[in-house]
Amino acid sequence: MKKIEAIIRESKFEDVKESLEGIGVNFFTFVEVYGHGRQKGDAVTYRGAVYDSGDIPRILIEIIVRDERLDEVVDTILETGRTNTIGDGKIIVTNVEKFIRIRTGESDEDAL
Amino acid sequence: MNLLYIQDMPADAMAIAQAAKESADLAQFTVNNLWILIAAALVFIMHLGFSALEAGFVRRKNVVNILFKNAMIISIGLLTYALIGFNLMYPGINEGGFFGFGGFGLNPSPEDMTAAYADYTYWSDFIFQAMFAATGATIVSGAVAERIKLNSFLVFATLFVAISYPITGMWKWGAGWLDAMGFYDFAGSTIVHSVGGWAALAGIILLGPRKGKYTEKGIRPITGSSMPLAAIGVFLLWFGWFGFNGGSVLNADPELVSLVFTTTSLAAAAGAVGAFFCNYFMTKTHDLSMVLNGILGGLVGITASADSVSITSAIIIGVIAGIIIPISVTAFDKAKLDDPVGATSVHLVCGIWGTLAVAIFGNFDEGIGQFSDQLIGILSIGAFTFAFSFLVFWVIKVTMGLRVNSEEEEKGLDIMEHQMRAYS
Repeated sequence: MKKIEAIIRESKFEDVKESLEGIGVNFFTFVEVYGHGRQKGDAVTYRGAVYDSGDIPRILIEIIVRDERLDEVVDTILETGRTNTIGDGKIIVTNVEKFIRIRTGESDEDAL
Repeated sequence: MNLLYIQDMPADAMAIAQAAKESADLAQFTVNNLWILIAAALVFIMHLGFSALEAGFVRRKNVVNILFKNAMIISIGLLTYALIGFNLMYPGINEGGFFGFGGFGLNPSPEDMTAAYADYTYWSDFIFQAMFAATGATIVSGAVAERIKLNSFLVFATLFVAISYPITGMWKWGAGWLDAMGFYDFAGSTIVHSVGGWAALAGIILLGPRKGKYTEKGIRPITGSSMPLAAIGVFLLWFGWFGFNGGSVLNADPELVSLVFTTTSLAAAAGAVGAFFCNYFMTKTHDLSMVLNGILGGLVGITASADSVSITSAIIIGVIAGIIIPISVTAFDKAKLDDPVGATSVHLVCGIWGTLAVAIFGNFDEGIGQFSDQLIGILSIGAFTFAFSFLVFWVIKVTMGLRVNSEEEEKGLDIMEHQMRAYS
C-alpha cells in the first residue's frame, strides 16, 4: 500500500476532490498548509507598508491506495491539479507499513 | 418653570400664561429635537449591525472587502445626501409630483432651527434622514458580496444613494404623488428596505452566483466565517431599529413612540419564532442563520405600520414575516439567485409583505382602496428602483466590469482587492 501526499493549490481543491471521487477514491484526509519557497507569497499591505507575506497557502491531501491503483490516482491529481504556472505543488509517494481501521481492528487492504 | 420668570412677572395674568406656554413649548421642542438626534445615532448603529452581520455571513477570505464596502457606503452616503440627496428627497417644491430638486447643499435659514420648521431643527432632520439613506446601499452590499469588484460596487452605491433612493423617497416622504394618493409607509418597509432589496436583486441577476454554489449535484451551501459576528450584527440592528422606527414618529410623542418601541420589538420576536418553526418544519433543523434572518424579517415587516397597528397585529405581521424567510431563501436558491446574507428575502420580500400589511391591519378607513394604494406604491417604487439599478449595473458591467475573475474569487477579495487579511 502507498500513501500519496499531494500539496495542491486551494483553487484546485474542489476540482481534484471531484475527480478523485470520480475514480472511486472515497475518502482521504486534507489539511490547510502554508509553504515557503522560491515562489513569492501574497503581497500584503498593512497600514501603508507593502510586503511579501512569505506564506504560500496550499492544501495537503493524504490518500492511502492499493499499489495497483497508485498510477491512476497520481495521474488524476496531475491532470486536475495543474495550471501550468509556478506553484502547482508537489506529490510525494511513500510506502505504508501498516494501515488499521480503529473501529474493527481490520488491517491493511481490508481496512480500505 | 414659573420661577424663571418670577422677577419680571407681568401684572397681567394673560402675559403670565403666555410666558409659561412659551417656556413649555420650548421645553417640548427641545425634547422632541433631542429624541430625533438620539434616533439618528441609533440608526447609525445599524451600520455597525449590517457590517457585523455581513462580515459573519461571508467567508473569511472576503471579510476585509465587506467591511471596506460598509465603511465607504456610510461615508459616501452621508456626503452625497448632503450634496444632493436631501434636497432631492425633500425638495419642498412640486408637491404631489414625481420629481423635485431644492438645490445643492444644505442652506437652512434661522427659522429652520426653531419650531417654525418642525418638531426638530433642520440639522436634526438632515442627519436623521441621511442615516436612513445609507442603509439602502448597505442592504445591497451583502447580497452582491464575495464576487463584485470593489470599485464597480462603489460607483453603483454612489449613484444609488445620490439619485435613486431620494427620488422614490420623495414620492412619499417628500410629499410626492404617492403621498397625495394615500400610500402609507411609516418608516420605510418599501421606501428603504424594498428599495435596497430591488437593487440587490438587480445586482445578483447580473452578477450570477458565487463559484461552486449551484452544482450539478445541487446546492452546495457556502457557510459564513463567523456566526457570533452575525448574531452580534442582528442584535445591533434590532437595537438600532428603536431609532429607525421610533424616530420616524418625528417627535417624542409619549404614546406613539412607546407604541412603536413595543410593536417593533414584538414583531422582531415574532419573526424569530416564525422562522424557527417554519425552518424546523421544512428541514428539521435549528438553523441560527434562519432565525437571525427571521428577526430582521419581522423588523422589516413592521416598519411600514409600527405606529398604526395593534399589538396583536404587530405579532401577526412579525410571525408571517418570519415564516416567509425560510420559504423565500429556499425559493431564491431554487432560482439560482445567490444572496450570501439573505438580503433579498429579508428586505425585499418582507418589505413588500410589511407594506401590504398596512392595508390589512392598519386602521385606515379606505379598506380595499388602501390595499390598491399600497400595491401601486410597491410596484411603482419597485419598477423604478429595479430599472435604475439594472441599468446602472449593466452599464458598469459593459464598461468597467462587474465581477472579479475566477482566480480572484477563489483566492478571495481580501488578498486580491485589498492585499490584506482579516485574520492573520
